[in-house]
Formats: sequence, structure tokens, C-alpha cells
Amino acid sequence: MSTVNGPTLQPDAESAKDEIDRETSNRRRNRPTPLRDWWNNLRRPQQWAFIAIIVVLAYLLPVLNPPILSTEPGTDWPIACFHMALYALIAVGLNVVVGYAGLLDLGYVAFFAVGGYVAAMLTSPDSPFIHIPFLWTVPVAMAVTMFFGVFLGVPTLRLRGDYLAIVTLGFGEIVRILATIIPALRGNVGFSQLSQPPGKNPDGTPFFSNSNGEPWYWLALTVIIIVLLLAGNLERSRVGRAWVAIREDEDAAEIMGVPVFKFKVWAFAIGAAIGGLSGALSAGQVGFINNQNFGVQTSILFLAAVVLGGAGNKVGAIVGGAIVAYLPDRFIAIADWKYLIFGLALIVMMIFRAGGILGARQKLLAFGRTAYARVPKPGAHPPTAPAQTVAAAEDGAKP
Amino acid sequence: MLIAHLAVVHLDDNPWITFNVPAFIQNFWPSTFDGLTYGAIYGLVALGYTLVYGVLNLINFAHSEVFIIGCYGVVFVLTALGFGPNPPVISIWAVIGDLLLAVIVGMLASAATAFVIERVAYRPLRRRNAPRLAFLITAIGASFAIQYALFLWRGAQPEPAVTMFIPTPIFDVFGTIIDSQQLTIVIAAVILMVVTDQFIRRSRTGRGIRAVAQDPDTATLMGVSRERIIVTTFIIGGLLAGAAALFYVMKIPSGVQYNGGFVLGIKAFAAAVLGGIGNIRGALLGGLILGVIGNYGADLLGSSQWIDVVAFVVLVLVLIVRPSGILGTSLGRSKA
Amino acid sequence: MSDSTNTPAPEIEEAVAEAAAPERAIEVAVGDDIMVVQNLTVKFGGLVALDDVSFTIKRGEILGLIGPNGAGKTTCFNAMTGVYKPTSGQVFLEGQSIGGKVRHKITQLGLARTFQNIRLFGEMTALENVVVGLDARHKTSVVGALLRLPRHWREERSAITRAMALLEFVGIADEAATLSRNLPYGKQRRLEIARALATDPKVLCLDEPAAGFNPAEKEELMALIRSIRDDGYTVLLIEHDMKLVMGVTDRIVVLEFGKKLADGLPADIRNDERVIAAYLGEPEDDAA
Repeated sequence: MSTVNGPTLQPDAESAKDEIDRETSNRRRNRPTPLRDWWNNLRRPQQWAFIAIIVVLAYLLPVLNPPILSTEPGTDWPIACFHMALYALIAVGLNVVVGYAGLLDLGYVAFFAVGGYVAAMLTSPDSPFIHIPFLWTVPVAMAVTMFFGVFLGVPTLRLRGDYLAIVTLGFGEIVRILATIIPALRGNVGFSQLSQPPGKNPDGTPFFSNSNGEPWYWLALTVIIIVLLLAGNLERSRVGRAWVAIREDEDAAEIMGVPVFKFKVWAFAIGAAIGGLSGALSAGQVGFINNQNFGVQTSILFLAAVVLGGAGNKVGAIVGGAIVAYLPDRFIAIADWKYLIFGLALIVMMIFRAGGILGARQKLLAFGRTAYARVPKPGAHPPTAPAQTVAAAEDGAKP
Repeated sequence: MLIAHLAVVHLDDNPWITFNVPAFIQNFWPSTFDGLTYGAIYGLVALGYTLVYGVLNLINFAHSEVFIIGCYGVVFVLTALGFGPNPPVISIWAVIGDLLLAVIVGMLASAATAFVIERVAYRPLRRRNAPRLAFLITAIGASFAIQYALFLWRGAQPEPAVTMFIPTPIFDVFGTIIDSQQLTIVIAAVILMVVTDQFIRRSRTGRGIRAVAQDPDTATLMGVSRERIIVTTFIIGGLLAGAAALFYVMKIPSGVQYNGGFVLGIKAFAAAVLGGIGNIRGALLGGLILGVIGNYGADLLGSSQWIDVVAFVVLVLVLIVRPSGILGTSLGRSKA
Repeated sequence: MSDSTNTPAPEIEEAVAEAAAPERAIEVAVGDDIMVVQNLTVKFGGLVALDDVSFTIKRGEILGLIGPNGAGKTTCFNAMTGVYKPTSGQVFLEGQSIGGKVRHKITQLGLARTFQNIRLFGEMTALENVVVGLDARHKTSVVGALLRLPRHWREERSAITRAMALLEFVGIADEAATLSRNLPYGKQRRLEIARALATDPKVLCLDEPAAGFNPAEKEELMALIRSIRDDGYTVLLIEHDMKLVMGVTDRIVVLEFGKKLADGLPADIRNDERVIAAYLGEPEDDAA
């Protein structure tokens, strides 16, 4: 959006209609948030205790196999758990691009595919390249996808949001097509027998295998926790603030000194890296990769995961990802319907609850808690009552 | 080791990418005329994208589904009228009559779809002053919801082929035959584009469309109903997509399936950008150029799937080098 | 309500400026030109919005840019702050040409602005908005933020202190935790000024800061602008309200039809016939 004003009508006062519009849209967005308020009112040690409990439960999830929630006998429960963790990780990655920076990437599946193929080409006996242990392929996959992210981003991130969306959509399609028509990528045949991470059970069998979901799930869960911590670090820093500023008003952000292009490319690169990371893990667990399942509909599922949980909220992304993965595994009957359902979900969410299920507001200051605690609580103020504005300002001006 | 890997990527006989120049040269003229035919179809669909973008500054991702539903309409009508993999043995006038009926049904189906999408998905967001990102997300959601509804209804396989008529050779140019099918499609597309262009330029509604594209607020002050213009624009785009549907089925009788709109949609949008987003003549010009280049790419690189890659590369290059396209953005003369 | 403010003696002004911003190294002495607009022309296709406009801004002064509607004030403003690329002409900040530079670089060189139609970051609190302005001077890299290196902690800590100080300065410290989109209009304007000040500018450009204010609020604003100047900043101001302009500016530049019409002290401008004619129109010729 430009700052051109041209022949606009000079407002003598905020017109009545504007004020009503602002208040209704704010009222809609300022819904009461009992859960979030309760959470914010907890003291730090209490919050950490709560998180610890949840983490322990999460690790125990595949062992617990709860009766009603379980996906068995349809889908193996630990594998279903791995799917949930995988989608949660993907959603966290896409959330960096779409949620934080507000860049609509409709081709995220491309990064997922590239990560998987890199892992495959470095471990599968079908590939002529050098072979390295599986866990080493993960950082390599991340580096390669990051490179692709920057390669795609540099020419296109100066474009407006709509154009970026369709370019990323095209890029996703291109990667899918190239996976089919470039002979070296082995199309439908693909790469099989990807090597597994190391480790042995007490009885001598390998710890990781294609059929055992538990170790993969724990690996994915650990990765998620690390990524969450790093994402939180970024949120509460100038990087997170820059991203939200870009998302809110890109031109104003740049005029306030934010190097917009640089941070957009970083968002893309970090999102790509996480996508590649998930792709490598996914390919490793299955032990096989080919040109199927990397279509644009998968990108839309990823997007639905982010939007459902609440774009901009990393915990929301995890919830959204888990839901998007869980529902088709649990209710096999609707598996064919999932694209229709999540496509409709996107429309419905945008109309009725654009903030997603969790829709939390990000914290953007490293010392925010202490800073806000010292601020005297503002009283409820009626809108634009001039005398009160003057009085309140004078009160505030006194140190 | 690295050098060995790099050495693999040389021009021919490598497993990554090969250039087949002889095939390209041999097929040059047939590919050109064939490309113009495809391009005419892209152009008609591109008009829908370009008009909506001019008026709303929004890429209507669901336009690809507007198109494919028109295709389904055409196929159903023709199947009901007795067309199948082999064209029926009836007089040319009967064929023309049937085709007219089919195109009318297709246009109505597409226009109705466009109308419904606008009402259900976009208008509620406009009412709520939603940010641009929300519109894009809804657009892609609508596109996919419709696609997979079609998938659940008709399955993954394409509809049975419907051949309208056997193309008869008309001209012989540079050793290549140009047949009646190609001529019909290209001429019809040009006529439709001219009609649309004149409509936008001269009719009252057309002026309203241009006004809203340029400055919505002032347009409303001048008595133009923005909502009515938006609906009209969607319907016009739908009608044109319905016409394109007839030609698409004519050219690719077995190409009507649930996701058939999607890739064509990207190509059509690339065409719109290439010609100049918001520019009506640009839409057709971009379509024709893209159709031809796409075919060249397929010949050169050995697979028709390269057409999609070519379209995408063209899109990115245009957006980087000359975002206003070949003929420039003209509908609203608004800054991109 | 007073006439043009008394310009303090240069030595006193300098001392104030030094005390207020010891880190800020402004090479230009108080009273010298800090910003020079030279033959600035902006054309949009066939329309000449700004035609060969030249003026200077002296360090430490409040310069008003006025003119009837359509005179080109906003165009001039936007060309000076990097929103438009000038068709010809130059803009110098402290001797450095800034025409055509990338916008965030211009901000880093020391030019900050507010917007006529208030463009705050709605989803952020007031405090966060101001900290974004401070981030313009921060040097933490993405990796540094990711790994929480010492510089990140240092900058975050100082950011909170300085941001709160700025909020106090403009008078909305008690709203630090409020989402900026929930603030009433007057406080939003102040927040925008605080955010612009946070970028540590040498010249602060205010685009119609009093739009939508009632007289009492305008008085408040005038006091705030004066205290900003007293703190050592230079201010460029576009305004429509004559009383405010006359009351707070040290010098005025008048534009009409894209050209500079007059340039001088407020008292002189107020009595200038050409300026009066520009605003009120020529009297009828056939008045007997």
C-alpha cells in the first residue's frame, strides 16, 4: 500500500462512521480471552511447571494410546503420533513465513519435498551420490532448502502479496513436475531404503525402523521443542518485531527504519529450513520417497494447519498441525474428504474467526513482562472525549 | 568428487536436463499454430483474472474452478445431446446448434459459480474490512473446496471424451495444416475479446468498471455502486471462462477432470500478467504468446509438462523485469 | 496563541541539544542548514506536482510547509522523505544526497516522519510500536537474536528504558501496555510521534499532526512540538491550521500550484499579499 494520498478529503474530525467501524472491528477482535488471561496471570515458575507437565505427557503419548482418541485399529497409533508431530513441525515452519511475516507461501510443499529428496539422495542405495549417516543429512537438507528459499525469495519478495502467493504456488508445482520429469530424480520409482538414525535396542535390533513410530515420534518431538524455543527467541527480539511490523504495514515499517526486504528473505529462509527439516524426517521415517504426495493440495493442508491454529502463534500452529494430521488418521472414512473439509475450513475461519482457534497475541519484547508490570493500569477510557484526553495526557506527562 | 557431479550436467545425454533442438526446429510451425490455439483459451480465462484484479486488486484463485465447472457443463450437455468419443453423424447446422447450446450452458454455469463464490467467500470479508491476506487465503480455500467437491462427486478420472467435430484442414501455411478447429477457437477468442473491450470502453457498466478500478471511493461518490460493479465483473469473467470451456473441451476432449482448472489457471494468470494485469487486450496477447512459448519449450525439452515450467518461469521473469506487462496495466491505471 | 516564538540564542540552543542527545553526532552547527531541498521537481506522467522548489531547513528550527489544497505539500514531503523518487532536483540531509535512496536507509541517515492518516502497527502495544522505532538503531543480527547473544540482551534492556522515556515525553506512558489500535485518536497521534522520535532522527517530519484535533488538543500538540524542538530536534511540519502554524513555527515556506510562493518569518508570511491571495483568491476586478 502506498502512502500516496492524492485528492483525499481532509478529515476535520474522525468521522462518525470511521469511529463506529473502528470500534466494532476492535470489539470483534478484542474478544474476552479467559484462557489467555489465566495463563498470563500465572507466575513464571507456575508457567514452567505447567509446560513441563505437558511435555512429559507429550512424550508419553504413543505409549498411552488413549481409548477414544486412539486411531487404532485404522492407523498405527505411534505412527499417527509421528504424523501429528510432523505436521506440527511443518506448521511451525510455515507459521514463520505466513504467520509472523505475513507472506502467503502457497508452495511450502516444495521445501518439504526438497528436504526429503536430499535425505534420500544422500542415504539411499538407489542414489549415485556419496552416502552419509542419516542424521547428518538433516542439516544438509536444511542448508539446501534454505538456499532454495533464498533463491526463490530474492527475486520475488519485492512483489506484492498477491503476486508472491501465485509465484510460490507455481514454484510448488514446478518442484512436483521436476520430480517427475528429471530422470535423475527417478520419478515414480523414487528412492527407497533410506538409512535410519543410529541406535540399538537392548536386544540388538535397530532402535529406529520404518514400522516403529515411537522413536521417530520422540525424535520429532524433541526437534519441535528445540524449534519452539528458537522461534520464541526470535519473536521476542527485533526480528520478531520487524516481522510483525512488516505484516501490519510494510511501507510504514520500512519508513520506520526496518530493512523490510532483508527480513522477508530471512523469514522465507527460516521457513524453508524448517520445511526441509520436516521433509528429511518424513522421508526417513517412511524410508522411501517418490514424486507422489507433493502436490499443491498438500501445501493447502499445511496452510490450513497454520490458519486453523492461529497464524502468528507458534503454539496455535502446533495445535493446527496436530488436528490436520489427526483427523484423517482417526476418521479414516473422511480421509478422502480432507481437502474439501480443510478448504472449507479456510473460508470459514477467515470469515468468522480469522485469528484461528488460539489466536494469541505475540509477545515481542524480551523484557516485556517486567516492563508492563511497572506501567500504572490505565482506566477504561471513553472514545475521543476531548477533555478527558487532555486531562489524561497531563496526568501521564507528570513523571 | 564434486567436479564429477558437476560434469554430469552438460547439454545432452545427462539425467538432469536435455535440449532437443532438432525436434524443436522440425515442429516449429505446427507448434506455433497449435500454441496460438491454446493461447486463445488461456487468453479468455485470463480475462477473468485480469478484470477481477483490476477492480478488486485480488487474484481470484477460484477462477480456475469457475472455468472447470463451465467445462463440466459443456460436457454434460453434449453428452446428453449424443456426443461421445466419436462425433455424431449429423448436419453441420445441428452441430453448430448443439455447440451453441453447450456454450450457453457452460457460460451460465461458470457465471453462476463466480457469483456464488463472490457472495459466499469474498463479500463477507469485504464487509469486515479484512486484510488482504485473508482474501487470498479464502480464495485458495474456495478453489480447493470446489476442486475436491468435484473430486468426490465425479472421481479422479476425467470425464468421458466428447469430440465435437473432426477438424477439416483449411489452410496450408509453411507446410503446416491449419484446421477448422484451430481457426474457430482463435477467431472466436478474438471476437470475444473485442466485444469485451468495447463493452468496457463504451457501455455505462464498462465505465463503471473502469471507475471502480481506478478509484473506488470517488466512483461511489459519483453514484456508481461498487458492489454491483464487483458482481458484474465476476459474472463477466465467468461468462468468458464458460466460453473458454467450450473451446477447451473442443481442443482437449478428455481433459475435463476435477483439477483440470488448476494448472490452466496458473497459466492463464501468467498470461494476464505477461500482457499487463488489468489490460484486456493484454490478456489475449499474453495468452497467445504464452501458448506459443509453452509449446516451444515442450519441444525443446522433451515433455509437455515443461509447458507448465515455462509458464511459471515467464511469470516470474515478467514480475521481476517488467511487472506492468507488455501492454501495461490499463484498466485502472493503478499502481501495481 | 502567541505570535512567532522567540528564537533562543544559538549558544543556549546548542547546550540544550547536547544535553538531550549526547550520543547523537550532528555535524551541523545549530542555525546552519541541516536539510537542503534544491530544485525539486516531481512529475506524475504529464502532471507537474512539484515544480523547481528550493528551500532549506536550519538545524534547531521548526519549519512550516503550508499552502492551499493541491499545492504540492504532501508531494514535497513525500519526495523529501523518500516515498517518491524526484523527477529532478536534489534533497540533501547534512550535505548527503538522499534522493532515490532506499527508505529505511534514509531513516537511518536521520530523517523520521509521521503519517497524515496514522499508520501504527495495530497489533502491537504502544511500547512495542516505539521499540520498533528504536530497532532502527539496533545492531543485533538474526543469528544474534536466535542465540540470544549479549548484544541482544543489552539492546532489549536499553530499548525498554528508552521507549518508556519516549512514551512519558509525549504523555502516554500509562498506555504502554495497550494495543495501539485500541487507543483513542489523540493518543495514537502522540504514539506515532514517539515512534518517529525513537528512530533517533536529526529531522522530524510531521504530516498534518493536528488533523482531527479540537482546539484544546491543538494547544497540547503545539506545546509538544516546542518541547521536541527544545530537546534538540529539527522539525518540518505540514499543517492546514493557520493558528497552529503561526503559533509554533520559526519559519514558513508557502507552496502554490507546485511552486514555492514565499519563504520567511510567520509574521511576514501572514501579511504577504500573494499568500493571502493564494488562500482567499483575488478580489473581483470590477469592484467599483
